[in-house]
Amino acid sequence: MRLDFTETDQSFRDEVRAFLREQLPPDIRDKVQNGRELDRTDYVLWQRRLYERGWGAVGWPVQFGGAGWNAVQQYIFEEESAMAGAPRMIPFGIKMVAPVIMAFGSADQQRRFLPKISTGEEWWCQGYSEPGAGSDLASLRTRAVRDGDHYIVDGQKTWNTLGQYADWIFCLVRTDPQAKQQSGITFLLIDMKSPGIRVRPIELLDGGHEVNEVWFEDVRVPVQNRIGEENRGWTYAKFLLGHERTNIAGIGIAKRELARLKRVAAEEHQNGRPLLDDPLFAARVARIEIELTALEITNLRVLSPASGSRAPGPEASILKIKGTEIHQAISELLMRAAGAYALPMRREAMEAGWQVDPNRPHAGPRYAATVMSAYLNQRKLSIFGGTNEIQKNIIAKMMGL
Amino acid sequence: MDFEFSDEQTQLHGAVTGFLAKEYPFDRLQAIKRSEIGWDPSVWSGLADLGVLAINVPAALGGLGYGPLETLVLMDACGPSLLQEPISSSAVIATALLSDYADAAPAAELLRGMARGERIAVPAHFEPDARFDTRWVETRACLSAERYRLDGHKAVVLHAGLADTLLVSARTAGETRDTDGVTLFLVPRETPGVRLEEYRNVDGQRAADVYLTDVELPAGHRLGIAGAALPAIEAALDIGLAALCAEAVGIMQGLLNATVDYLRTRQQFGQPIGRFQALQHRVADMVGHLEQARSMSYLAAMRCNASNIAERRRALSAAKVVISEACRFIGQQAVQLHGGMGMADELIISHWFKRLTAIDVTFGDSDTHLQRYAALMRDAGRRDYV
Repeated sequence: MRLDFTETDQSFRDEVRAFLREQLPPDIRDKVQNGRELDRTDYVLWQRRLYERGWGAVGWPVQFGGAGWNAVQQYIFEEESAMAGAPRMIPFGIKMVAPVIMAFGSADQQRRFLPKISTGEEWWCQGYSEPGAGSDLASLRTRAVRDGDHYIVDGQKTWNTLGQYADWIFCLVRTDPQAKQQSGITFLLIDMKSPGIRVRPIELLDGGHEVNEVWFEDVRVPVQNRIGEENRGWTYAKFLLGHERTNIAGIGIAKRELARLKRVAAEEHQNGRPLLDDPLFAARVARIEIELTALEITNLRVLSPASGSRAPGPEASILKIKGTEIHQAISELLMRAAGAYALPMRREAMEAGWQVDPNRPHAGPRYAATVMSAYLNQRKLSIFGGTNEIQKNIIAKMMGL
Repeated sequence: MDFEFSDEQTQLHGAVTGFLAKEYPFDRLQAIKRSEIGWDPSVWSGLADLGVLAINVPAALGGLGYGPLETLVLMDACGPSLLQEPISSSAVIATALLSDYADAAPAAELLRGMARGERIAVPAHFEPDARFDTRWVETRACLSAERYRLDGHKAVVLHAGLADTLLVSARTAGETRDTDGVTLFLVPRETPGVRLEEYRNVDGQRAADVYLTDVELPAGHRLGIAGAALPAIEAALDIGLAALCAEAVGIMQGLLNATVDYLRTRQQFGQPIGRFQALQHRVADMVGHLEQARSMSYLAAMRCNASNIAERRRALSAAKVVISEACRFIGQQAVQLHGGMGMADELIISHWFKRLTAIDVTFGDSDTHLQRYAALMRDAGRRDYV
C-alpha cells in the first residue's frame, strides 16, 4: 500500500500542468475561477485545443482516438484541469453517448459520429428525462413508430442540458407500448436540425438558461441512427449510466472551489478579524476539507489498478452522494461568507465578459456577485444523474437488501 | 498509488482472524469481561506465539520491526473480537515509545520481554485536567542525590492494573503546557507510592487512575534526555491513534455486516424489515461513513510516522474526525436498526457499540480534532492565501 503518486504519475502531472499553463486562455480561466458562465465558443475552443494535443477524448480506447491513459492518469488530468480553471468537460458526447456507440453502435455509426465528438465539431445533448419520467426513467412515453426506413418520433423530453447548443441528441423512445416497461425502449441518435424538433428554454431558480424542454412532433429519424437492436435500448441506457467512474466525485472542482472559499473567507471580516479566523466558520471549512480528503482517497481506491478486477460495489454511488454533498456545502459556505452582499442578484455578473463599470461601481465585493447564483444552481447536483436517494437505493441493493 | 495489501500482510490478517475465531468467540469475551482480572493471560501468550506482540518491536531486540501498515492490518483483524488484552496500549503504543529509547538498557530489556509476551508496559501520560492536550503535564519529577521523586495523578490509564511497568511522563522543568521540560520514566507498578484506583471502562477494558505520591526512582529509570520526551510521546500516541482508527474500521465492518444480516432476516408486517426504504437508506449512510472511515484509516497509517509533524498531525486529526463521527453514526444506527435486540447485552451488537463509543472519546473526539485541524489549516492558510 502506498498513498503517494508514483514518479511517473508526478511527471505526467507536470506535463498536464505545463499544457494547461500554455494553452488555457486567460479569459476562460478567469470565468471558471470566478464562477461565471461559459458560452458555446469557450467550450468548443477548449475541446479543440485538447483534441489538437491528442487529449480530446482521453478515456476512449486508443483505436478510437483515446489517449491510452490508465484511470489514475485520467483522474490526474481531470483534477489538474479543474484546479487550473479549465472548462468542465461536457459529458454528453465524450463520456455518455460515445461509449455506447463504441460498445453497441455499427462500424458506420462509429466512423460517422466518434471523430466529430472528439474534435468538438458536433455537440451532443441528452434525451432521457421526461416530465413524467425522472428517477423512474423506464416509464418514459416519447413514442417512435416505424415507417419504412424511418422512425417517427413524438413526445417531449425535459431537463435537457445545454440543448440550445447541440447538434445531436441521444434519445430513449418507446417502440413497443405493449411490452413490459424496460423492454419496449429503443436508443436513437437524432439530428437536432430535424424538422419537428422544438427547444424551449427552462428558466431556473438562479435565472440561468442551462436546461430545456425538447418537443418532438412527427420527427423522422433514419433507422440507421438506431443503436443496436429495437427494444433493447434499456440495456444500452444502463450501460451509459454505469460507465462513468473516474470523475463522479469531482475532486478537482471541489479543491478549486474550496481554495476560492478560503480566499473569500480571508477577505471577509467578522468581529474585526478575517472570517477564516472565526472558530465556528473555520471549523465549518475544516470539516469540508476533511471530508474532501477522505473522498479523494476513496475515489483513488476505486481507481487503483487492482480494483478494476473486482466486481463493482456501491463505490460509484458513494462517490456521487459524498461528492455532491461536498460541492453543495462549499457553495453554501461561499454564499454565507459573502454576508448581506450575497443577496443582490446580478444576473449579468454570471455572464461571460462581465466587467465592472467604473462609472457605476456595484455594491459589495466582486466575488459576492456570483455566490448566490452558484449556491442556487448547485442544488441540482443531488438531483441529477440519479438523485442521491436513488443512489442510496442502489447501495442498499448492492448490500443485499 | 497502491491500495493493495502485500501477501505477507494478508497472511498476518488471516492468521490473527483465524486465531481469534478459535480462541476469542463471543462467549469467551463475555466470560473475560465478567472475570475478576478482566483479561486472559493464556490468550496473551497465544498472541505472543503468533508473533503479533513483536510486530512493533525492533528486530534487533527480538521483534519483527514492522511498520504502521502491519499495525493497521493487526488492529483491523483484532477489532471485531473486542480483545480486552492490552494490544494497543502495550503492543502498539508502549513499544513505539520505548523503541525511541532502545539504546538504553532498561528499555531494551523491557522491549525484549514485551515481544515474548512476558512483560506488559503501558503509557501513563494524560492527566485529569489535560482533557486531550498532549502538552498538559502537571506531574512533577525532582532530582536529588541520583534519585527522582515523582508526584502527580494520571487519568484513565488503560490496562494499568495488568501492566508490570508504567511509562510515566513528568515535568522536570517548565510550566504545565510547555513543550519542553517533559521527561519519561519507567515506573514499575509495584514501586512504593504508586496507587491505582482501578475500574472497568464502558467497553469492559480495565483502566485506572494512577496516583503518584513520593515515588522514588533511581536516575537510571529516566528514559532519554531530561525534558525532551514530549515529541516521542506525541509520536507514539499518533501511532496509537492510527491503530485505533484501524481497529474502529474492523469493528464497524462487523457491525454493518451483522446489521444487514439482521435486516434480511427479521420479519415484521409480513416481510423482512430490510425491504423498508427508511431502513435501506440508513444502511446506505452507514456504508458511506464506513468507506470514508476506511480511507482515513489508510491515511492515518501512512502518515502517522511522517517526518513533517504539521502534516502528520493534520492527517491524524482529519482521520480522527471522520472515524469518530463514523463510530457514533454506525454504532448508534446499528443499535437502532436492531430494535430492542440492539439494547440487549446478550448480542455482540451492544458490545461493539460500546467499544466504538470508547474509541470515539479516546485521544479526543471529533470536536477536539476538528479544532486542532482548523488551527493547523489556518496556519497553512495564512501562508497560502493571505
